[in-house]
Parts: sequence; C-alpha cells; structure tokens
Amino acid sequence: MHFSPTPLHIPDGFLSVAISVVCWVITIVTLSLAISKTNKALGEKQIPLMGVMAAFIFAAQMINFPVAGGTSGHLLGGALAAIVLGPWAAMVVMTAVVAVQALLFQDGGLLVMGANILNMGLVTAAIGYGLYRAVAGQSKAVKLGVAGIAAWLSVMAGALLTSLQLWLSGTSQLGIVIPAMLGVHSLIGLGEAFITVAALSFIIQTRPDLLGEGSESAKGGRGWVVAGGVIALAVVLLSPFASGNPDGLERVAIDMGFIDSGQSAPYSIIPDYTLPFLGETALSTIMAGVIGVIVVGAVIVLIGRGMKAKA
Amino acid sequence: MHFDAFDRYHEKESFLHRLDPRVKALLTIIFIVSNALLPDGAWLAFVCAWLFLNAANLFSQLGIGYTFKRSIVALPFALIAVTVLFSIPGKPLYTFQFFMSTLTVTDAGFLRFVSILIRSWLSVQMAILLVAVTRFPDLIHALEHLKVPAILTTIIAFLYRYLFVLIDEVSRLLRARESRSGAAAGNRSGGGVFWRAKVAGNMAGQLFLRSYERSDRIYNAMMSRGYSGHLYTLNPHEMKPRDYYVTAFAIAVIFIVQVVGRF
Repeated sequence: MHFSPTPLHIPDGFLSVAISVVCWVITIVTLSLAISKTNKALGEKQIPLMGVMAAFIFAAQMINFPVAGGTSGHLLGGALAAIVLGPWAAMVVMTAVVAVQALLFQDGGLLVMGANILNMGLVTAAIGYGLYRAVAGQSKAVKLGVAGIAAWLSVMAGALLTSLQLWLSGTSQLGIVIPAMLGVHSLIGLGEAFITVAALSFIIQTRPDLLGEGSESAKGGRGWVVAGGVIALAVVLLSPFASGNPDGLERVAIDMGFIDSGQSAPYSIIPDYTLPFLGETALSTIMAGVIGVIVVGAVIVLIGRGMKAKA
Repeated sequence: MHFDAFDRYHEKESFLHRLDPRVKALLTIIFIVSNALLPDGAWLAFVCAWLFLNAANLFSQLGIGYTFKRSIVALPFALIAVTVLFSIPGKPLYTFQFFMSTLTVTDAGFLRFVSILIRSWLSVQMAILLVAVTRFPDLIHALEHLKVPAILTTIIAFLYRYLFVLIDEVSRLLRARESRSGAAAGNRSGGGVFWRAKVAGNMAGQLFLRSYERSDRIYNAMMSRGYSGHLYTLNPHEMKPRDYYVTAFAIAVIFIVQVVGRF
C-alpha cells in the first residue's frame, strides 16, 4: 500500500520546544472541549462512530486520481469530515488520524504532534465547517462551491500555520517558507477541493438525511461561521502580508522576544516576493504567488515525467 | 487482510519487548524531548544520544542497524530546513550560483542545519524502535495509563481495529476503477482531470456511506453484547521492579546527555 506524506507532517526536531509546547496547549484545550461536546451529543455511540470515521479518513486518503505527468491528487479530509460530521466530531476524528500516522507510521513526530493536530485537524475543521455553515439554506450549487473553497482554504491554512511554526522555531526563513509551502499547497488544495465537492455531491444525492436540517452537521452554532470566517480571512490577508512584508511579522516577533538576531537573505529570486515593475502592491505579491505556483507546478510535472520515463 | 497488517511489531523475546509499554512510551518521549532541548552543535551529546539509541537497538535483538535502515522516512522534510544554510549570518563557507542568484553557505547556518537533521534523525529512530518492540494495542493501552483521555485512546483503538477493514474496502473500490479503466494501446483511458477528480470524489463519498453504515451496525452489535460506554481489557499492565530500574537508569543517562550537551 502507498502513503503520500505531505509537507504538513512535521517530524520531531524541526520545531523548538517552546513552539511545540505552545501548540500542545492550544491543541489540548480545544480538544478537551471537542471531546466533551461530542460526548454530550453522541454519548456511548461516540466511540464506534468516531473510530470508524477516523479509519474512513485514513482509507480515503488512499483514493487518488492522476493529475498530470505522474502526479496525483488526493484527500486530506479535514474539511470533508467537518462538513459531514460537524466541527467538534471532525476535530476528534482528525486527531485520532494524526496520532496513528505519527505513532504507527512515523509520519509526523511525537513532541510536535500538538502542532500537527492543530494544523491538520483543528484549523481545517474550523474553516471547513465555518464557511460551509455560512451558506446553510442556500442552493446546492452554492453549498458545493463554498465547500470547495473551504476545502482549498483549509489546506492553505494548515500550510500557513506550519510555515509560521517552522519560522518561529528558527528552522526556515519566513520569506522562503511561506511562498514555497503556500505554492505547493495551492495545488494540493485543488485536489482536496475537487474530491471534497464530488464526495459531498454524492452524499447529498444518496443520503440527503445525513446533511439536512436536524442532522449532526446542521447543529453547529453560528459562532462557527464567525470562527471559520475569521481564520479564513486571516489566511487570505496574512499570506500576502507575510510574504510581501516579512518585516512587519518579524517586528512583532522581535518585540515579543522570539528572534535573537535579525536574519536577512543574502540572495533573492523574486526580491521580497514582489515583482519590481509592479511596485510594492498586493497585486504584485499575488502575481509573484501565481508565478511561484506555475514554477512549482512545472517542476512537479518535469519530475513526474522523469520518473515516468524511468519506470 | 489480517487485522494487524499495519502493526510494525516484530515478534522477539528480547529485554525491550518484555518491558512495560508505559516505560517504553515514556522513555521514548523523554528521549525526543531531550534531543529537542540539546543546543546546536552539541556534537558530543549527539554522539551520546546516538550510543543510547544503539544500546536500545541492541537490547531489542533487532540488530544495531535496524532503526537506521528505516529512518529514511523523515528525510524529505529536510528540504524545509535548507534555507537556514544561507539565512544565518556567519563566516562564508561556500558560495555557488543558483538560477540567477548567488547563495552563500555560512558556518553558523551549516551548524544549525546539521543540528536540526541530527535531532530529527535520532528522534524518528527511537519512535521506530518503540513500535517495533511494542504491540500497537499495548501502546494505546499504555497511553491511557499515561493520562491520555480514555475516549481518545478508545477511538484510536477503534481506528486501528477497523483500519484493515476499510483499507480492504478501498482496495475493492480502487480495483473496480482499475478494471473499468481499460484503454487501447497508445491511448489514455478516462476523461479529463475534472472527470477523474469526480470519480475519485464519488469513490470517497461511497466509502464514507459504507463506513457510516458500518459504524451503525458495529454500534448495534456492541449494544446487543452489553456495551455501556466502557471497554474492558484482559491484559492489565503491571509495573515490575525491573521496569522501575530501567526507567531510573534511562532517565539518568538522558540527564547526563543533557549535562554533556551544556558544557
């Protein structure tokens, strides 16, 4: 069988102890809330349902489809789980998945598991559910469209958080890691979005009762819309800000005592991730992002071709 | 597929295999935390930690190189840390051209990069050893003793129990797709990317419904057998004097590694 480890599973050694502990604290607080909420909603039925659903996410990650040049798209599942199971349940399910990936397959570390759960389980569920819940009662097309955007954004949010943690640990440089991670994951996120939309559309057709009014997934409060919306907005706003203006983020970090010394890059491929002739504008950063995506895509296709030729 | 098809456990009668799972899980975590706490460039301490790891390998009867062979899994992630080679100010070691820019490797950057890789490499090996000498259900049970909420450990146990069932299910789905995706020689099978994504999505939806309905059946079967929200085990873990000695000894060694790393 094959696994597709994504750059979101941080191994041990790449995050500092301080960042690992902070992430564990956030994860533990959120997770204990999630466990008590799901326990109240499901009672003793919780364990078989969540256990099998966690195994489902694990198995569903094996379903892939060829994209181009030997690369394939596949599912991470956080957003889909949140939409069909509700946000709290999805958090518990994704935690179990991340824990087994780390414990059994060493896909992700143990000390950094708190960060991995936060990036791949908690944030993805909050965004996926929050945005989907915002369009409750709308037409099916709108719901599916928003679900796709939510799935894509959930992957991007995970990638952004991972980059920030790596940067705060002094493992990567902010101006490089954010565009690189977001570039790669904007493609991975497309696969996630397509599969999520198709799977949801299939479930709505065959078992509308699972997603209709009164179902588990419709019970989440409107607070989720705010939470998901805020995180999604943070991703959209922070990405150009962080990659186009790292000084701002570094300023905050220095004020808070994160960074020992200023770090400046003695090289630049696209200076400060803006294109000189467009000036220091958001448009310029977005264009730089698009170019980054195209370059990364081209590299992936070339590598894929090469591997195919060898095989 | 067999129910423990995914367990990385290796059947042996070694000292490490007989140790209480709690001790093994706890010491693995302490070892990983210790690695993370070691400062950059603490070479002697890294060597000591590596010797400790090899001693553990030896006591597992799996052979000294066992975890080394399987430690390649964490390697691709090293790419993420490459930027520290150039970004930390220091004495230039090596300068080269990369596309249109000039990259300079500094000594401080090199030190940090190698330290990150060593920490990661030592940690992943100990985690590999842990699952090689502990049955996964025992490991889950040990986590429960180490105060991980019982609900979470039970869900993980269920995930493990039904993983092979659903992997079988997904294998059938994948095989069905394969067998319906015939193509004449030289021609590509199937439609465009969107069409293929839709097929994959339908498979995921199908798998979801089958899993959801299966969990209902499992719940009903458990209810009819007297399930009331708690699982019992026939395999209670007991700490023996030996387990305490090993714990004390290993913590002392890791403490010494920390002291060595600071001087």
